[in-house]
Amino acid sequence: MSVLGSIGAGVIGRLAYVGGLTNQFFQGISALPRVLPFVGKHGRWQAAIRQMYAIGVAALPMIAVVAACAGFILAIQSAYALSRFGAVQLVIYIVVVAFTKELGPVLTATVASGRSGSAFSAEIGTMVVTEEIDALRTMAIDPIELVLAPKYFAAMIVIPCLTVISSFVGIAAGAVFMFLKARMSFSMYFQYAMQAMSLHDVFAGLIKSLVFGTIIVHVGCIEGFRVAGGPEAVGNSATSAVVKSTILVIFADFVITTVFYMLGVD
Amino acid sequence: MDEPIISIRDLTVSYGGRRVLNGVSLDIHRGEVIALLGASGSGKSTMLRHIIGLAKPDSGTIHIQGVDINQCSTRELMAIRRDLGVAFQGSALFSSMSVEENIRLPLRELTTLSDPVIEIMTFIKLASVGLSEAGKLMPPELSGGMKKRAAVARATALDPEVLIFDEPSAGLDPIVAAELDELILFLKRAFQMTVVIVTHEMASAFRVADRLAMLHMGSLIAVESKETFAASTDRRIRQFLDRKPQRITESESVKRRLRELISMTGATL
Repeated sequence: MSVLGSIGAGVIGRLAYVGGLTNQFFQGISALPRVLPFVGKHGRWQAAIRQMYAIGVAALPMIAVVAACAGFILAIQSAYALSRFGAVQLVIYIVVVAFTKELGPVLTATVASGRSGSAFSAEIGTMVVTEEIDALRTMAIDPIELVLAPKYFAAMIVIPCLTVISSFVGIAAGAVFMFLKARMSFSMYFQYAMQAMSLHDVFAGLIKSLVFGTIIVHVGCIEGFRVAGGPEAVGNSATSAVVKSTILVIFADFVITTVFYMLGVD
Repeated sequence: MDEPIISIRDLTVSYGGRRVLNGVSLDIHRGEVIALLGASGSGKSTMLRHIIGLAKPDSGTIHIQGVDINQCSTRELMAIRRDLGVAFQGSALFSSMSVEENIRLPLRELTTLSDPVIEIMTFIKLASVGLSEAGKLMPPELSGGMKKRAAVARATALDPEVLIFDEPSAGLDPIVAAELDELILFLKRAFQMTVVIVTHEMASAFRVADRLAMLHMGSLIAVESKETFAASTDRRIRQFLDRKPQRITESESVKRRLRELISMTGATL
């Protein structure tokens, strides 16, 4: 194949991927009401609850450890820089703002991408290989509605919750550092933390977490649906899901932060 | 003769520049059992995937109950699929669900039946394939034959007009394979279903089918009754029936590639 042909094939392939992802996103959105309790379809809500456990509860220890370490490291590094100017107390401001706006959502998304994005892709990829997805289609059952929608619904609920917990743990780690460094009491730390926190920042973080959750679910699922071949392809799809969703999360963070900044929301 | 329930016209399919199906035309009539035969790679499974609407052809049409499945709306395709039951080669049972949950799934998703009725229907379907005691088992706990029968129970859950089997005997011992043949005949007798079987097991095909269709390198070379097919003098059919091995070094593609390699080295034959 010529160089031009290779470039063309690459561009077409990527456009097809983006098109597929967009199509899947809208199908996923339209399928969400059927996951709701009472008014949704039989079994979907229960499936969503199981997914909430898998995406959220099971990920809690890992997210707590990651957020605690990141919060403590951030406090140490900012204290190191700020102590030269005698402004160690600004550590609280840095930790609070960084976690509510950036680190909470991004760390949560990174952990969720590694745990759940790869799991979605492997689960659906295995279903493709064993013809379960084909079986659903031939039974006139929409795989997006049955397989993807409960995961999406669950992620939209638990990822913002995990983000809040992650931010809280990160900020609390800063409190531990300030206690060890400056003997600042926890109550005083959290008093300062509340002053540093703004509702705008919290909302910005939550909006990011919803966008990141959407990316993780849809990239994980599309990588699974696109599996062709055997078990090796399932493994590759899981790796691809993590890599692509992590890159997209960082890119989406860049876009959202820039847009918020331009709009003066930040 | 009545209008065919499935009508395939000039079906042509290529993958990566390689022609897999080459203008295949076939009519399948209501209530008949037709076996689609052919060697590995002859295009049987590709043809099946197109019949059930899982892939779009390069050209040609497939009408099921008079509807062109490649031109119809998604809603129409869904309605047609409700009339098709497919038992996949690897059973394709949902591994996260028990056997009875597998059978309940289409009933719950596609009907408005109440839970007690669904329970009764599930039990009837399991009993019809001899698995009434295995409803609570998970797919990995089933033997190969039980998996195939469970797949049949799920495929027949909505009482489809057409039942499609992809390699029903593959990987089964002769006794279990014969039991599955009996099951197919029972389903045809009991429910007047049209049955399409994709297979290369000749004994099974002759036992259950009314007609046999043979694919050879993507082309349909025969659609005959069992008797006519068995008496065929066509070299390709005889090779298949008489289990004559193909000498790989005599195949045209091998000869062609060999000539290319030799010409690249500059040598002469």
